[in-house]
Amino acid sequence: MKRLRLTVQLLFTILSNGYLYGFLHGKIYQGNLKYACVPGLNCYSCPGAVASCPIGALQALLNRQGFRVPFGALGFFFVIGSLLGRFVCGWLCPFGLAQDLLHKIPVFRKRKRLPFHSVLKYGKYIALFFLVCIGSAFLFGGYAKVPAFCKYLCPSGTLFGAIPLLAANESLRGQIGGLFYWKLGILLLVILLSIKVYRPFCQYLCPLGAIYGFFNRFSLVQIHWKEEQCIACMACEKACPVALSRDEISRSPECIRCGRCVEVCPGNCLSWRPR
Amino acid sequence: MDFWKNREKMAWVWGTLAGFLLLGIGAVQNDFSVIWKKAVMICMECIGIG
Repeated sequence: MKRLRLTVQLLFTILSNGYLYGFLHGKIYQGNLKYACVPGLNCYSCPGAVASCPIGALQALLNRQGFRVPFGALGFFFVIGSLLGRFVCGWLCPFGLAQDLLHKIPVFRKRKRLPFHSVLKYGKYIALFFLVCIGSAFLFGGYAKVPAFCKYLCPSGTLFGAIPLLAANESLRGQIGGLFYWKLGILLLVILLSIKVYRPFCQYLCPLGAIYGFFNRFSLVQIHWKEEQCIACMACEKACPVALSRDEISRSPECIRCGRCVEVCPGNCLSWRPR
Repeated sequence: MDFWKNREKMAWVWGTLAGFLLLGIGAVQNDFSVIWKKAVMICMECIGIG
């Protein structure tokens, strides 16, 4: 299962960032595929990105003159969320893959959560409400509308967008200022934390995870727990990388459906099953 | 009781249908061209320059 998940993550990352010309020439893809979004957090300013980022799309719609409900982005979240929930985070998100790989680096004693997890886990809802929604629609930048989450926080944009673009495009390099170093600092912090803690950005800051988490309870893709067969060995709880209890698995908004619990269950009482 | 159980089981269907409806409304109000226009230009804010 671990190998299958890694393969899917790698394939999806390569597929959604497959515009090689962009990496070589410091440009981005400008074709029609960008009318659509990929399910995971994937900056559309990544030179390889062949589709749009859903959080970037939501902010672009909120940045319009006047206020209009961003139906296009909401529809996308409802469709993907209702079908997959946070399965997207575990299997399809390029920035999730980056954090998974960083966590495999064998330095530091590994932790599943940060201290004060029960408070910090609400950070992603705060990022969603204040930066993505309120920030993009009303505030910041001298009251001009800006994509506040992308501008001030998103480390995925720095890793997949800024660094490869700036490496290949000299004219952009000349414009680097304080904001870039702020974002680079956030990226470095997330990288360091990811080596120690499992997916800190997904657990504490990702607004996309906050949205998909809402759908976890009723999405089509589920991990089922046959309570009557369970021998309470707690293997699933020990294996869960985000430290969920048996009855929280799959239904909790924190579950990223990585499937490690299914893999380790000795009694086969946990299984992937559509609802 | 069964009615409520089934309703919960079917929630993903209603969610998906609602999603397609919202996508349709989005298409009518030109949301996708707004997204495309943003996505085909280098987003200076996203890369920390703007």
